[in-house]
Amino acid sequence: MTHHGDEHTNAERLAIGLGLFSIGLGLAEALAPGSVARLIGVPSTERTRSTLRGMGAREMATGAAILAQPHRPEWLWARVGGDAIDLALLGGALGSEHTDRRRAAAGTFAVLGAAALDAYCAIELGRATPAFSRGRERVHVEHAVTINKPIGEVYAFWRDVQNFPRFMRHIEAVEATGDRRSRWRATGPAGTRFEWQAEITDDRPDERIAWRSLEGSDVEHDGEVTFSHAPGARGTEVRVRLEYAPPGGAAGRAIARLFGEEPEQQIREDLRRFKQLIETGEIALSDGPGLWRPAQPARRPEDVTKLAGVQR
Amino acid sequence: MRANCWMGTRHLEVTEVPEPKILNPRDAIVRITSTAICGSDLHLFNGFIPTMRRGDVLGHEFMGEVVEVGAAVRNLSAGDRVVVPFPIACGQCAQCEREMYSLCENSNPNAWMAEKLWGYSPCGIFGYSHMLGGYAGGQAEYARVPFADTGPLKVPEGLTDDQVLFLSDIFPTGYMAADMCHIQPGDIVAVWGCGPVGQFAIKSAYLLGAERVIAIDRFPYRLDIARQKAGAEVLNYEQVDVLEALEEMTGGRGPDACIDAVGLEGHAPGMMGAYDRIKTIMMLETGRPPALREAIIACRSGGTVSVAGVYGGFIDKFPMGAIVNKSLTLRSGQCHVHRYMKPLLQRIQSGEIDPTFVITHHMPLDQAPEAFDLFANKEDECLKVVLRAH
Repeated sequence: MTHHGDEHTNAERLAIGLGLFSIGLGLAEALAPGSVARLIGVPSTERTRSTLRGMGAREMATGAAILAQPHRPEWLWARVGGDAIDLALLGGALGSEHTDRRRAAAGTFAVLGAAALDAYCAIELGRATPAFSRGRERVHVEHAVTINKPIGEVYAFWRDVQNFPRFMRHIEAVEATGDRRSRWRATGPAGTRFEWQAEITDDRPDERIAWRSLEGSDVEHDGEVTFSHAPGARGTEVRVRLEYAPPGGAAGRAIARLFGEEPEQQIREDLRRFKQLIETGEIALSDGPGLWRPAQPARRPEDVTKLAGVQR
Repeated sequence: MRANCWMGTRHLEVTEVPEPKILNPRDAIVRITSTAICGSDLHLFNGFIPTMRRGDVLGHEFMGEVVEVGAAVRNLSAGDRVVVPFPIACGQCAQCEREMYSLCENSNPNAWMAEKLWGYSPCGIFGYSHMLGGYAGGQAEYARVPFADTGPLKVPEGLTDDQVLFLSDIFPTGYMAADMCHIQPGDIVAVWGCGPVGQFAIKSAYLLGAERVIAIDRFPYRLDIARQKAGAEVLNYEQVDVLEALEEMTGGRGPDACIDAVGLEGHAPGMMGAYDRIKTIMMLETGRPPALREAIIACRSGGTVSVAGVYGGFIDKFPMGAIVNKSLTLRSGQCHVHRYMKPLLQRIQSGEIDPTFVITHHMPLDQAPEAFDLFANKEDECLKVVLRAH
């Protein structure tokens, strides 16, 4: 699970308002196209009614998309595009002798106003994304995995910090600097490097390990892992919870990428490798260098040995 | 080395690719002697399975000689002659310990993709899309075999490639289809599809004690093999009404168990066939299941429907009402090959079955694309092609 901040930003609240407006207008256009035609001063013919029904369907679709994802600027830009189409159609109607010019002009001004609001909202949302790079929010991620090994073995593997580079993709090296302290080094996108020191704040064998980063760390975070017996001798349930506060700016974005564009997916993959390593002694590898490449040629040997923890 | 590569829908090329290397301590490299084309390879060929990439090496039925083993492989050494099971399984996760090898939790490096489609991921499979692991396949001169200490079966002296090759997939797959029917004395089993898996399902149903087996297809040569070599009574669904015929042949009871050995590219005459063709073309369903629908309707009340055919995504007009109201048991699964290899090898050695009866063609690896055409179009009475890679 991933949680970002719980309340909506001002831009998101505006987006939700515009989304509701979209659906209301769309419903009116789709269900009562004749009345809408009269309101904007165009004659209610078969053709204008069917155009309005189409516009209504579009309005409802964008409205629904905005309500589902009020933080995404794309849907607001879709509304701006829709406004442009409406303006073009109204412009065409203004040139027709059957049109009530006064009403059509009022309609045009109304659409221009809506377009300005849509564009403003889209720009504001654009500033704020991606959601978890906003400095004020702490990102909370958790995931569970069941491992077919006794609890003591699983706990001991996790407690030995040296094991982490073997299953966490971005962790390059971990060095124990004391019984409870360790120094971590990770690589991020474009060769960026991050370092932090961590301290274990709670250590109960076969039950729980909790830790937090020390002051001056590049990545401020805390986390815990708990171990419990899976029912019916099904092995050990491992639950990991991580919370971190990405700073703003370019470094923040890089750190966000370090934890993954989708932090939940990242922790899932790391725990999957943890399970593979502890159950089978190695990490399953495709023949290709990852997704969306041909299965051959083989992965670069140095990547493989790093990921698999093979010593040769 | 040479390998049969998927270059796009209905486009294959045998081309030069880098030789595989040991990547993990439990890997082995196998120099392939014989490799076969599976009916399920046709689903890749015809573009029904997502996440294939241009250049992927096909093939999951293969055998050969071990040429190199990783540091952790102790039961195999260079020179051993082995048959490789198509599911890649670690042998240590909870599913492997339950002998549900095709559900191995650790062998699919791209498990997340399968999870998006199915909720949880099955095992990785050689040469069968990136969603199932992105492993290079066995229609090649060499292959890397992960978890080689768990899967490959050493072949005893005196058995030819043709006799044991099908332990990699189609014999166990047909056998498991019959095994899932829980056959009791007096049972009549109906099998849809007389391809290689269907043929082995017929044979296996007899091995497991079926009284009679009725096989359904539309190609006379396949029905002939089912009758003459596998011992089935046969129905050509283009000539008879299958439901009526089955009812009549079973004294009005209906078959006790029905096996779908067709899978997602089923064919049906008339309106139902046209309906599924249009829906798959429009991507409104991802498989054509007329055989499965018919098997469910044909099955006697309280009977079992066993699905060996491959389905990938979503099918339409699924007769759930028949399952509920007739108290049917629906069973399926990719074959847990590891579970069956040794017992079935014994049946081959004892002479209870000679798996070579399905082979109609031997061709060199270089002719793999032609072989796919023959097999896909049922030309030259093609039932099973074995490719020689060395």
